[in-house]
Amino acid sequence: MTEPVANSDVRENGLSELSFTVNGERKTVLVFPMERLLDTLRQQLGLTGAKEGCGEGECGSCSILMDGALVNSCLVPVLQAKDANIVTIEGLAQGGKLNDLQEAFLQCGGAQCGICTPGMILATSHLLRKKPYPAMEEIREGLSGNLCRCTGYMQIFDAVAEAARRKGEITT
Amino acid sequence: MRSDPAEFQLVAPGTLQGVVSLLAAEPGAWLPIAGGTDVMVQYAAGKLPAHRLVSIWNLPELRRVEVLPGEIHIGAGCTYTDLRNHAIVANEFSLLARAASWTGGIANQNRGTIGGNIVNASPAADSLPALLVYDAELILVSVRGERRVPYRDFHTGYKQTRLAADELIQSICLSRQFAGYVSYTRKAGARNAQAISKVCVAALGTIRPADGVIENVRIAAGSVAPVPIRLVETERLVMGRMVEPSVLALAQKTAAAEIKPIDDIRSTARYRATVAGNLVEEFLLTLGSGKPAI
Repeated sequence: MTEPVANSDVRENGLSELSFTVNGERKTVLVFPMERLLDTLRQQLGLTGAKEGCGEGECGSCSILMDGALVNSCLVPVLQAKDANIVTIEGLAQGGKLNDLQEAFLQCGGAQCGICTPGMILATSHLLRKKPYPAMEEIREGLSGNLCRCTGYMQIFDAVAEAARRKGEITT
Repeated sequence: MRSDPAEFQLVAPGTLQGVVSLLAAEPGAWLPIAGGTDVMVQYAAGKLPAHRLVSIWNLPELRRVEVLPGEIHIGAGCTYTDLRNHAIVANEFSLLARAASWTGGIANQNRGTIGGNIVNASPAADSLPALLVYDAELILVSVRGERRVPYRDFHTGYKQTRLAADELIQSICLSRQFAGYVSYTRKAGARNAQAISKVCVAALGTIRPADGVIENVRIAAGSVAPVPIRLVETERLVMGRMVEPSVLALAQKTAAAEIKPIDDIRSTARYRATVAGNLVEEFLLTLGSGKPAI
């Protein structure tokens, strides 16, 4: 029988060619559509900032921003990222200079072993865009899907508050 | 063992029509995937039986809330974040907005959908007790047309539903008649965030001002039976009664007796029965106090 619907650009061997924007750059990849976006980012594009912790959406270490929304990239089949605008931790520093969020994490001791840090910082970015002046409860909620086994979280929450303060100084 | 993506097919027709046509062409052959918060977990664990998937993520026809004078229709593809952010859901159906707020963390709320929560049919699904107390109805769609069914009959057993092989849930219909109700919901889990519930209760009620008796009551619970259930015996028992110690004690006992909890990795039957009874008591105390909500 004929294939009722296929991805327009599917190849014979099941691979699809699709494009999306990563950290401001247009990328085209040849992938199996069910490949996890996390694997495409890490293995094909060499963006190893997003980490695999649990691989089931519980730990947040693979967090990225997809069209502005914080998502676990281990739970995104790459086909669903077609034409999306993706930001990974590698997209935050500009010209080799850390951004305010990264500086705040550094200053407050918000990073120890570093596995959770990319996800924590992207969750912070997502939170501060929605709530520029978050209360402590909002910080805790905004980062509740990101697990850390080193810091005990307090330095991370301090870093988020510091990042919000720095952002506030720039805008005011 | 982890799945090999080369062994799976995933297509994205991009329209509702395209998806239901595909489902109709080979009923049962294609598994719909929305935000992947359940399907991708099974996939990662090598436990996904289906090998052909069709993406319904972000279909415009499924990702909107239609506000009518008497009811709202929530598109099945709305995420928990969409529900939390929608003013009418937050104001008039706060039990659903609150359940959305404690379903996973922010990243899962940005991807998980209300339709997915219903079809996945977990007894522990956080949003389902709220749908039961609001007497939700579902609009199911296929190439054969649409049909509207009461949500309370949708789950037929553990992880079983009445959805036909060629159908999708299109929307969830909620009647806008609960403005004056006291609402209560509480989830008991291992921690506040990212924890699957051990027991979850959602409830609505009103007290008749003239004599202080309970004139409306609806109580539902999750994680206490193979499917989310209404506590009909408990409701029947407290209807028309004052909130007083004897009624509270009886309600607590009846609730604990009418659920069918099990021992599993998250909790024990005994704990669940005790906590379900306590939550019902807490709801009735809230209702009796005339305070708006917990």
